[in-house]
Amino acid sequence: MKKLACYFAILMFSVLIIATPSTNAQEKLTIAWAQWDPANYLDELSNDFTAETGIEVDLVQISWSNFQDSVFTAFVGKSDRYDIVIGDSQWLGRNSVGGHYVDLTDWINENIDVDAIYATAMEAFAEYPKGSGKYWALPAEVDANGFLYRTDLFEDADEQAKFKEKYGYELAPPKTYEELRDIAEFFTRPPNLYGIAPWYSKEYDGITMGFQQVMWSYGGSYGDPETYKVEGHINSDDVVAALEYYTSLRAFSPPDAPNYYWAETLDAFKAGKVAMAMDYFAFFPGVVDSNQNPNYYDKTGFFVSPAGPKGHAISIGGQGMSISAYSKNQDIAKRYLKWFMQKPVQEKWAQLGGFTPHEEVLQSEVFLNATPFNKAFAASFPYLRDFWAVPEYAELLEACQTGWNQVIIGSKSAKEALDDIARKHEAIFEDAGYYD
Amino acid sequence: MRTARFSRGFSDYQIKMAFIMPTMILLILMNIFPLLWSLYLSFHRYKASMPNRPAKFIGPQNYARLLTDPEIWGYFQTTAYFVVLAVITQFIIGFGLALLLNREFRYKGLVTTLILLPMMLSPVVVGLFWRFIFASDASGLVNYLLSPLFGGPIGWTTDPKIAMLAVVIVDTWMWSPFMMLISLAGLSAIPKYLYEAADVDRASQWFKFRWITLPLVSPLLLIALLFRTMDAFKMFDIVYVLTREGGPGIATETVSMNLYKLAFRNYNTGKACAMAYILLIIIVALSNIYVKHLNKVRGEA
Repeated sequence: MKKLACYFAILMFSVLIIATPSTNAQEKLTIAWAQWDPANYLDELSNDFTAETGIEVDLVQISWSNFQDSVFTAFVGKSDRYDIVIGDSQWLGRNSVGGHYVDLTDWINENIDVDAIYATAMEAFAEYPKGSGKYWALPAEVDANGFLYRTDLFEDADEQAKFKEKYGYELAPPKTYEELRDIAEFFTRPPNLYGIAPWYSKEYDGITMGFQQVMWSYGGSYGDPETYKVEGHINSDDVVAALEYYTSLRAFSPPDAPNYYWAETLDAFKAGKVAMAMDYFAFFPGVVDSNQNPNYYDKTGFFVSPAGPKGHAISIGGQGMSISAYSKNQDIAKRYLKWFMQKPVQEKWAQLGGFTPHEEVLQSEVFLNATPFNKAFAASFPYLRDFWAVPEYAELLEACQTGWNQVIIGSKSAKEALDDIARKHEAIFEDAGYYD
Repeated sequence: MRTARFSRGFSDYQIKMAFIMPTMILLILMNIFPLLWSLYLSFHRYKASMPNRPAKFIGPQNYARLLTDPEIWGYFQTTAYFVVLAVITQFIIGFGLALLLNREFRYKGLVTTLILLPMMLSPVVVGLFWRFIFASDASGLVNYLLSPLFGGPIGWTTDPKIAMLAVVIVDTWMWSPFMMLISLAGLSAIPKYLYEAADVDRASQWFKFRWITLPLVSPLLLIALLFRTMDAFKMFDIVYVLTREGGPGIATETVSMNLYKLAFRNYNTGKACAMAYILLIIIVALSNIYVKHLNKVRGEA
């Protein structure tokens, strides 16, 4: 009996320690992406790849709130769970320097027609360091920050007359940030209607993606990309003015606005709470869908993010496709990337609702007329700019998120917050050895 | 010789060891090793996201930088403010409920179970639905009810002066039942004859509460307080969900929230390990104070 018990214990122990689930990764590709509509489109598109090659594609959709954590945790654990990761542009530095992404430079130069892809998209989603010609990804979904507006309000003759009387010009989708504020003020009629839903949230990169395009358009910048010096750039008078402007919009936004990111601005717009809302173009298919937006699907217009007094810049969204350095299916992954970048596939990708980086497809009449918002998206393209993509981006982002959100809620003045961010950013760069 | 020994079977000691070893090995692998490894890393500059950059020994620099950073002290102050406010409120409400429930009445079991429900929910779920309840416009239930009284919606999760109160309310809603449960267990264990003797002596309600109930139930109350303090000090999930990563600004950013960002957003692994050790030392110190007091109370009892 004792012997039996002992053998049982040893058996259980062995099972616990050495048993690992067997996997059969043959001819199967696993792609990690966030849970949103474009991932559904890609899932559908990938059926064509399976039909052509017989290789099964498993698209793992991770909720946005867990997306970064899940992918980075897998990388830190050197897990081969994902073959392809469709990650944010800011991740490039960390994941290339950290050895998590496969260096695709030679392969891309040999296999992909880089000239067919928008240079802005290649630089933002594929290249690190910027201008080095080293590639770690291919652009998959190229997105931009855009605006929605209520056509029933903007096209109402009575509203138009009242607006002209008050502001001295015609009521139309704004071309400048000053006009945007006027219109937001005009439509602010609490508690049922507010002028605008901007991104103010402290979550992930919310307020940064909303504010940085205002900062650039007001003549500001994060810093010198050559020297990484920040002092005098991010806390310049231009940025102070931009932040004060962005904060002033709070008076014309719903009371919950300090918590708003893409999901909340979209909800506020669909609920008829706001006349205008900021959001990524990738979410606009849901806005014109009568099931998802029953009240305003046919009363929604779209416009390009406005220009500022010193320029015009728009926050880039979207993600690039990278191959995990820990994948055991790197050859299949490359085959998928090559297949995805073909013009006919890009055409179908755009047809399904994806935002293609393929220049010819993007400018084609078919694409421009496919949805009511594609023209505004294509018009946004020349103005796209991005946050720092260095390995320390998360720390830099954290300082911005907290500092800018503190200004919105009135805890700090714009100047105080920006000086603080400049100090923190320089400390981060110094710590990482950028000034050595 | 070997065959002969094997045939005799294993000794009791060997069998005991065979049963204990799997647990011991798991414990060492899952608890002891990470504890020692993180202590080692806390003295290094190391980022887990950069496995190709080896850890560099920097002595106690991580600790020094954390302890001299005014922002970190700010997070500790926020945490302490939350712990004191939340634990005291939960104690008062929980003990009060226990006193009310410590008698026989119809549907007592059902009422007790209903009161215990919040404690059984996941903190993330709780944070999410309170996020909707606290919405700063008429769509939020609380503001729908209170707006007429306060002349407008209250910024429960958007006003830096009020956000912590919202977190305390949610934590209290969730954990007062725990205080109640432990208190109720203590109250039920008090022998009835003590109250009967006090009744014979015509003692007042206050006298009975002060000299019978409180001394006999206090060891259990201290244990409940100890658990809640330790747990509240680690507050993470509710602020992550309800006030969106410790917002607005840094109004509800607790030490654990900041530690999460250090460790899993910034992958500043060395510094995060140092921070975790500082947190561990504080929790151990707080627990010791409670335990010493508990021993004293037991001695008196």
